[in-house]
Amino acid sequence: MWQRETFKKIKQIPREEHVLPGTALCAGCGGLEALRLAAKVLGDHVVYVNAAGCFTMLAAYPYSSFKGSWLYTTMGSAPAGAQGIRDALDVLIAKGRVPKDEDVKVIVLGGDGSTYDMALSSTSGAMNRKLDFYYICYDNEAYGNTGMQLSPATPFAARTATSPCSLQHPGATQEKKDIFEIWRAHRPPYIATVAPRYPLDLAEKFARAAAYTGPKMFLALSACPTGWGYDPGATPEVAKLAVETGLWPLKEAVNGVVTHTYIPKRKPVEAYLQLQGRFRHLFEPTVHTEAIRHIQGQVDAYWRQAIQEQA
Amino acid sequence: MDSQMMTGNLAAAWGARLADVDYIPAFPITPQTEIVETLATWCERGELAARFVSMDSEHSMMTAAGAAEVTGARVFTATSSQGLLHAFEVLYSISGWRAPLVLVNVSRALAAPITLESDHNDVLAARDAGFLQIHAETCQEVLDSILMAYRIAEDERVMLPVIVNLDGFTLSFTREPVTVPDPDSVRRFLPPFRPFHLGFTASSPHALGVAVIGGTTYAYFRHQVHLASRNALEVHRETAESFHALFGRRYDLVEGYRLDDAEDVLVMTNAGASTGKAAVDAARARGKRVGLLRLRVIRPWPADAIRQALRGRRAVAVLDQNLAPGQGGILYQEVAACLYHETARPRALCSFVGGLGGQQLSDGAFQAVFEQTAEAGISGTGRGPVLLYSAEEHREMTQLQMVAAGSVRREM
Repeated sequence: MWQRETFKKIKQIPREEHVLPGTALCAGCGGLEALRLAAKVLGDHVVYVNAAGCFTMLAAYPYSSFKGSWLYTTMGSAPAGAQGIRDALDVLIAKGRVPKDEDVKVIVLGGDGSTYDMALSSTSGAMNRKLDFYYICYDNEAYGNTGMQLSPATPFAARTATSPCSLQHPGATQEKKDIFEIWRAHRPPYIATVAPRYPLDLAEKFARAAAYTGPKMFLALSACPTGWGYDPGATPEVAKLAVETGLWPLKEAVNGVVTHTYIPKRKPVEAYLQLQGRFRHLFEPTVHTEAIRHIQGQVDAYWRQAIQEQA
Repeated sequence: MDSQMMTGNLAAAWGARLADVDYIPAFPITPQTEIVETLATWCERGELAARFVSMDSEHSMMTAAGAAEVTGARVFTATSSQGLLHAFEVLYSISGWRAPLVLVNVSRALAAPITLESDHNDVLAARDAGFLQIHAETCQEVLDSILMAYRIAEDERVMLPVIVNLDGFTLSFTREPVTVPDPDSVRRFLPPFRPFHLGFTASSPHALGVAVIGGTTYAYFRHQVHLASRNALEVHRETAESFHALFGRRYDLVEGYRLDDAEDVLVMTNAGASTGKAAVDAARARGKRVGLLRLRVIRPWPADAIRQALRGRRAVAVLDQNLAPGQGGILYQEVAACLYHETARPRALCSFVGGLGGQQLSDGAFQAVFEQTAEAGISGTGRGPVLLYSAEEHREMTQLQMVAAGSVRREM
């Protein structure tokens, strides 16, 4: 049984804020909430290495949302930027040009478009080289900053600007790419999925990751009012239901060994889908029973196997 | 100082070694690979105190290079051709980050068709990326230019990355005598890299490459890149003087060859200029008053030096070893632009395109270039772009086409 050791109660989460308010991001951004919680564990002695995406707006001249450092790279090579910074710091510390206590944590911030698509080779390279860094993917399941186009993280049947829906054709026809397993095939010491509505689970995972040298990979559910079509105030509820329906499993993989950190009772997927504009066509004007059954079937199959493996 | 025989690639590796670089992210590509292989060996043996990392692509390699440089390390890397283009967007980022690293490009023509041999479409594609560009003619110049490049790049009036270019095969794999400067003199010439305004440390955070909203901010920062690049003209002059004083070799922005009494001037770059100089000698032997101007620093564009060298000439021919399809030679356009307001500008300006993908230019080709240029000078009418392609090449190509067509018929 997985147990939290550092963060047992919500009071233990530091009150100090490290992602400063007043960002240019959308109200109710689930990814930003995940980052805010993560930063409470990561602190200010960091350099964020950013790939093109929504979070690029976190540092817009002359402002930055962080007390730590920031380097915007490209959409496809943020992990390579992390490699250059980590290597340079190691070299400069070894040569005595940077004092050891001036060292910083190197953290990639990429959306799902970058993570699942364009930067996959760069990420694979960094993991293969056992780069000592954090990777945080804020996954809102589409190319969000460009206005919600289909990405390989888009779930089956979701409507995006480039997977429009019709009576015959219910949104995305592909299944969400399993980036967790792609990462796991590289055997980094630590991988975790997190969701902003589960702050203790999230904070605990960042605390646990700190014990490992090497790639520390995080996949954060980024519930997205703008792109998913719900009221910004509903982000906690949407993020919660993503987990409680079993659609967004909370888990970690330590040296490749997977543990589910929370086993939901699994509400019917409709409870989650019905809240969001991107799935509305599954319910109106007629109910796409088959598509909904397919989604439920996928979730059930996932958890049957997960529970079997964990037993 | 004794010289030793070495390839252009080995000379490039020596440049990085003498510059005492801290970090070398690498990715193999012909004809550059010998450079990073050599550096990997030196790092392994401890002869060079740098970290060598094999990256997953040139795109990643350039990103790591720039990121390490802005963290405060002195960075060297090398690529060619498709590799340079694969990294293309990163070049603009690195200049915008004001990361003064040195990148060696070993010129190789671009696909398609795919080839390994040299021309300058790769490096000239990067002419607007904000890198300075130094194009070397000899193996010695490759080594020397890398040392000069670090000093110019890291000068606080410049703070821009530099590409040092050498021709694939003709220079990369050709052994020439090279004098390797002694490390103590190099240390006097090139101070250690200790930037005060860069770095990602706990007590001194920086935000770099951040988003801007609106053209006012964007234009400001890109103007800064341009102005810094223009500053490099003066910094290059100072650097060249200091280099000459210490090592006895002089490198100017442009190099004149037998220009003093030349009526007509051929403009070339890189190792091809050696062939051009031989052609000048041959033409001189036939009684023609011709000379050659080799453009060495391409960015910043040394407009004044070019004007000075070309004013008062009868005719000038720019021989571009590159092709901008639908336009012609790339350097021709830039030479033409900087001569426009010169009152004593040459009577005629001709454009020739030759040497694409390792194409050999025969003595006959150069003779034709000089003859057509002289005619243009007499008539006062420019010419070109002329695509150099000999009757013999045409015959050879026709034969190849027949072979290709024959194989198609057999498949049918």
